[in-house]
Amino acid sequence: MPFKLSTAPYLHQANSVAIMMRQVLYALIPGIALYVWFFGWGIVIHILLTSITALSCEAILLWLRNRPLRLFLTDNSALVTAWLLGSALPPFAPWWISVLGTAFALIFAKHLYGGLGYNPFNPAIVGYAMLLISFPGEMTKWPYLASLSGHYPGIVESMSIIFTGQPLGEITLDALSGATPLNTMKTQLNNFHTVTEIKQNPIFSYYGAKGWEWIGSTFFLGGVWLIYKRVITWHIPMAIIGSLLLISSLFFILDSDRYPSPLFHLFGGGSAMIGAFFIATDPVSAATSNTGKLIYGTGIGILIYIIRTWGGYPDGVAFSVLLMNIAVPLIDYYTQPRVFGY
Amino acid sequence: MMTEYLLIFISTVLVNNFVLVKFLGLCPTISVATKLEPAIGMGLATTFVLTLSSICSYLVYNYLLIPFGLEFLRTITFIFVIAVVVQFTEIVIHKASPLLYQALGIFLPLITTNCIVLGVALLNVQEQHNFIAATIYGFGSAIGFALVLVLFAAIRERIAVADVPLAFKGVPVTLFTAGIMSIGFMGFAGLVK
Repeated sequence: MPFKLSTAPYLHQANSVAIMMRQVLYALIPGIALYVWFFGWGIVIHILLTSITALSCEAILLWLRNRPLRLFLTDNSALVTAWLLGSALPPFAPWWISVLGTAFALIFAKHLYGGLGYNPFNPAIVGYAMLLISFPGEMTKWPYLASLSGHYPGIVESMSIIFTGQPLGEITLDALSGATPLNTMKTQLNNFHTVTEIKQNPIFSYYGAKGWEWIGSTFFLGGVWLIYKRVITWHIPMAIIGSLLLISSLFFILDSDRYPSPLFHLFGGGSAMIGAFFIATDPVSAATSNTGKLIYGTGIGILIYIIRTWGGYPDGVAFSVLLMNIAVPLIDYYTQPRVFGY
Repeated sequence: MMTEYLLIFISTVLVNNFVLVKFLGLCPTISVATKLEPAIGMGLATTFVLTLSSICSYLVYNYLLIPFGLEFLRTITFIFVIAVVVQFTEIVIHKASPLLYQALGIFLPLITTNCIVLGVALLNVQEQHNFIAATIYGFGSAIGFALVLVLFAAIRERIAVADVPLAFKGVPVTLFTAGIMSIGFMGFAGLVK
């Protein structure tokens, strides 16, 4: 009877890049499902578009750079970029927005620097920021909550909107789309309305904004699952949420008429949660040491608040993450742990 | 008054950063910022020179050129003033701290050709700053320059070991990185109305 013999090492780590990336994709699914429930099927079509673009760009560039196709195509990292970008785009954006953004992210922000593991900036964030400054009109047309507008865009209608720019029937796109709660809050505050007055608008609810608070909470739970699975550590999300909570509470206590509540900052859109748990924690572009991660996360939280409150953009998550990605090499340089024995 | 000065400072450091938004002073950014240590030294030296030259050129313009009606000579006068300030800095550092002088080496005289230094002197005239505003404008733009220089140097140390495609190695990927940093700094737009 043959005994099965194996040599050391006996300890075996089950994690690999492909498995970790797949777990990130799993953690995104509940949030995306709620998104479909509240805002229609646009996001799924965009994720399909970004996924197809990402995989084809990745394949072409790997072929151009003479790298093994199968190994890198099956590591799921391009898909994570595609899904994150797809779920950050407005569901009514035209199809070329997602194709252009993904192509830019994959070709320029990832492969120009040498592909996975070398990119100093998160590709999804670079693609999104590029789209935001180049096509502000397309990027700010968000759908109304289906329960508020009384019109739910199904698969066919969403495809019609994305590919032709026209909803089905008599209704116009402008009737279905408008500003996000964060954007409404910002423009109304600039017009010298108080927070209590602005909150009369039916798009807001008690602690965040209708629909968005559920999407944000689901992304939060997905992120907690990722921490439980040890795909990410708690440092970065904790630092982002903690610093955002702290600084917004401070201003909220000072003047609750001019500064919206901390919970609104966290759950007024899906962006804070998806940014804190899924985008900022990208192991390639985030800080490495634990101290570095805390500094990096705190920087993101503070920048989100500064850009949202005093800046020109209603939501600062993308720019904050990009700015702190820029600062990561410097943070890493000064938070290097001492070599053991010195 | 204080708010105005604070806004000038924030504006020159973040919103209208000279390197990433106005695209001045790209030559030292590309050539010096390959390693972190010289980038920090260069940033400090430039901060000192820029603040001093901003003050000097303001004084020369308002108390020498305007009384004699020689405003049209401002460009050549400012170049002269900047060269003097840089030379002065060099002599002082040489005497006071030979070690720092050694470390900075060729970068010290190179500050003369940094376009931000002349740009700040000319913009002070164009925006009609008073004395304190001119000082803060010079100091803020230097801090903005030093900030970008240091961040950029740290990123480039990382890119230097990355597997960049052959056609993009060196300056192309560096310029592209500067472009992405510029996109990031666009996020500050609107911070100062």
